[in-house]
Amino acid sequence: MGGRDATMVLLDENGIRCDGRKVDETRRIMIRAGGLKNADGSAYIEFGDNKILVGVFGPRDVHPKHMSNTDTGILRVRYHMEPFSVGERKNPAPSRREIEISKVIKEALEPAVMLEKFPRTAVDVFIEVLQADGGTRCAALTAASVALADAGIPMRDMVAAVAAGKVADTVILDVNNEEDQAGQADMPIGYMPSLDKITLLQLDGVLTPEEYKKCVDVGVKGCKVVYELQKKALKDKYFGNGGD
Amino acid sequence: MDNKRKYVIPGDVVTTGPFRPEQNVILEGDKIISTTIGISEIYDDSVKVITLTGKYIPKIDDLVIGKVNSHTSLSWELDINSCYVGFLPAQDVFGRDFSAHADELSSKLKTGDLVAARIANFDRTRDPLVTISDRDLGKIDSGDLVKISPSKVPRLIGKRGSMIQMIEMATNAAVTIGQNGWVVVSCETPEGLLKAKKAIEMVNDKAHVANLTDQIKEMLEIKDES
Repeated sequence: MGGRDATMVLLDENGIRCDGRKVDETRRIMIRAGGLKNADGSAYIEFGDNKILVGVFGPRDVHPKHMSNTDTGILRVRYHMEPFSVGERKNPAPSRREIEISKVIKEALEPAVMLEKFPRTAVDVFIEVLQADGGTRCAALTAASVALADAGIPMRDMVAAVAAGKVADTVILDVNNEEDQAGQADMPIGYMPSLDKITLLQLDGVLTPEEYKKCVDVGVKGCKVVYELQKKALKDKYFGNGGD
Repeated sequence: MDNKRKYVIPGDVVTTGPFRPEQNVILEGDKIISTTIGISEIYDDSVKVITLTGKYIPKIDDLVIGKVNSHTSLSWELDINSCYVGFLPAQDVFGRDFSAHADELSSKLKTGDLVAARIANFDRTRDPLVTISDRDLGKIDSGDLVKISPSKVPRLIGKRGSMIQMIEMATNAAVTIGQNGWVVVSCETPEGLLKAKKAIEMVNDKAHVANLTDQIKEMLEIKDES
């Protein structure tokens, strides 16, 4: 969207990408835990030019009541893009894409949160994308995980996410908007670093089995970088700068 | 003791080895992993994490402060600052010979009343059952309600009640602490009341500070002279 250059070079001969990054480099990432007073937990993330705010409520009563589960708590996720988050006004009504991403993020968080401790309750996660620039689902998942920890929901592990992809026949880390539109493949990965488990894996594009393996490896490495930043955000909020 | 304490977040490995996992930790293989943001403590044979966030989860025998939300002809519903509502049966107040026809529940407790109650029973299948038939329990007639984070209640009480005793001594206030993070303060003098409330809010804001007891003491004494 916007002024996309048709002749743009995605990867030059020195291995530098269209925005000046190396192939295995993420964009600038800033995560802040807390910030919303009325939510039980919240987080704000800037992932390159993505700006995303997440609020978490719960555990709380389930409404409508028939959705509640007597064995476990339920997780509800709403991913929403603001009308002003993209170049041309986006209709604020939930689109097919937003409904899908809500579901995907919910399923990526479910292995981490221990909702069986709160039967008959719901945990609501609201994700608002203020500014989008490719890879919002990964950034949103990363921030949602920080917000859940901030809300004090028991979790087996944090979930960190980043996309890997293929551009100009090369495997790259952290696909941006241009690379997503013009590249050959895009693979968002959600990963639990301490448990060494993948909770989200999608793939749009065609990869050979070797490239696929390399993509997963690169993505998991990227997730570990993101995880360190999640950790820092939470420690800054709760332990000040004294957090070891 | 100090070298065993560590700041942890979910997913952090607290320790490995043959320990018994207690509160807020899980055993994954031979690793003991924290499930919440908090401070880990390792004892001789067990590991636990003291959480710094989260809502109140009822536990049997906890003293809580509840607010009457509504009532049916047989029971009251109390807001106990949790994801579950407290359930107070009418028999508990009227006695065994309670009759739904003859007794009117709102004659004893009205919507909005504050109640000191104890969690009598709670399991995952039902809402917590609370009781007020015990000493020091029942309707609270006077005092101010202060809401703090439930995870900071142990800090407000202090080691063997040291923190709360200090606040009570310095201000002459009577403080009832509910495990659910609701605190009722009553005092004969308005100055004492304000000071006690300020001290409680200070504990809530600065719960992670190491020499908090000294800071609170200082605050209470400075105000004394002025």
